[in-house]
Amino acid sequence: MLKDITLGQYFPGDSIVHRLDPRTKIVLVIVYIVALFQAVSWPGFIAVALATAVCMALSRIPPKTMFKGVKPMLFIIVLTALLNLFYTEGTPVLPGWIITREGVSRACQMVLRIVLLISGTFLLTYTTSPIALTDGLELLFKPLKALHLPVHEMTMMMSMALRFIPTLISETDKIMSAQKARGADFETGGLVRRARALLPILVPLFVSAFRRADELAVAMESRCYHGGEGRTRMKQLSIHRRDWIALLLGAAFLAGMIVLKGL
Amino acid sequence: MEPIIVFENVHYTYPGDELESLCGVDLTIEKGSFVAVLGRNGSGKSTLAKHMNAILVPDAGRVLIDGIDTADEARMLELRRRVGMVFQNPDNQIVANVVEDDVAFAPENLGVEPREIRRRVDASLRLVGMYDYRMHAPHLLSGGQKQRVAIAGVIAMQPEIIVLDEPTAMLDPQGRKEVVDTAFALCRARGMTVVFITHHMDECVDADRLIVLSNGSVAADGKPAEIFSDRALMEREGLDVPETTRLLHDLRAAGLSLPEESLDVEGCADQIARELLRRA
Repeated sequence: MLKDITLGQYFPGDSIVHRLDPRTKIVLVIVYIVALFQAVSWPGFIAVALATAVCMALSRIPPKTMFKGVKPMLFIIVLTALLNLFYTEGTPVLPGWIITREGVSRACQMVLRIVLLISGTFLLTYTTSPIALTDGLELLFKPLKALHLPVHEMTMMMSMALRFIPTLISETDKIMSAQKARGADFETGGLVRRARALLPILVPLFVSAFRRADELAVAMESRCYHGGEGRTRMKQLSIHRRDWIALLLGAAFLAGMIVLKGL
Repeated sequence: MEPIIVFENVHYTYPGDELESLCGVDLTIEKGSFVAVLGRNGSGKSTLAKHMNAILVPDAGRVLIDGIDTADEARMLELRRRVGMVFQNPDNQIVANVVEDDVAFAPENLGVEPREIRRRVDASLRLVGMYDYRMHAPHLLSGGQKQRVAIAGVIAMQPEIIVLDEPTAMLDPQGRKEVVDTAFALCRARGMTVVFITHHMDECVDADRLIVLSNGSVAADGKPAEIFSDRALMEREGLDVPETTRLLHDLRAAGLSLPEESLDVEGCADQIARELLRRA
């Protein structure tokens, strides 16, 4: 069950989307989110959906994988749909019904917005290795160092966190099996009871996470880690022509969406 | 041979502990040798290892690595570059999500030029036989493979000394063999000085020298054959004698004349065969 978490997962590949500089992709995702919120009517939503589909096709990430990422958000999606369905005023679908035509249309749009938001941002993590992603973030936010923001430390922490997700997940699985073998019950009972049953998992997990962190720190120091000062990178990021083209297309798309909204 | 690691009357107590973890260790390790360190849990093996790259600094006495005092903070980075450390748990020393990025970590920290990092990463991965896995995610590798990636990550610093602190403790027999073979190759083919800490006797058979630690001091120091044949010492320190030594010992007790000590299976078999032929 825990293996399903797709957060921060990277699918290696060699598509044009994979080859874009991570900085370009981060900027494009921001542009994408802004553009998505410019969509207020069906033409706008369809335009964004088409753009997303084109990017997905270019990245060669199977659509099935994309939808896997949406699954954990299903609850929020359904809730949004229901709220919009029942609480939008307008003309009823059939005489006497509580559901309105506007409600149906709005519910569909909101669901589409959430799905597009998730798949668009996941496209970034699916096609960018965590190292490239954090390198990109570090370079993008480098100017903030002037404000004494610990940019290098923050991105380092992020990449460490991503690195340890699979390790900690398999550890959780192990602890759960151990507790189950001794008669622990995680599946029955009310919410409070189930939350309480999680305690014997969380405590050993935290203890082991701290021990790991300690060992990792020693190992990093042994490999001459001494902060971001004077550090070089094996994989140098460089902006190519394709990055400029992608950024230009992104800007044009955003402009188009703004114009469409004004119509 | 010229000495590369020198311990001079080193004392160390962990903060909050009452007992000394190292009490007066004097040790000289020669350049290019393969030294195995044995001892039961709590004998001070890991503490000894951590003194070799200034993770711990002696309370009294001093440690010299190729002439550099480990207490000299100004030269700490240089020291750590010269002494690569590999730890017990491979999961807790791999920092990146891709094998080659992990191997690049140390040279990146040292500010090596990108093209040179690439060259070193490829060379290190080839050396440990993990080049084909360079794009893999470390958490999907076997224990032995992860540990070899950790070794590659250390070799990429181009150290003169490699200290392996119980690198095989968490591995299955196959993984153990991979790691031990890699460590020996580094010493024999590359001329690196290797300090190999373990509690598996059979991994030390081919070492140049064997040091037994007990309660923070050196209990025995010598060639593996000498140490393994000292049954009283082995039993006192709770160490398992290799199978071959035990067999020869028992046969001798049963009245066979087997004068030589031999630690490998072939040599042992030869000797027994000769004795049996002589008797027949």
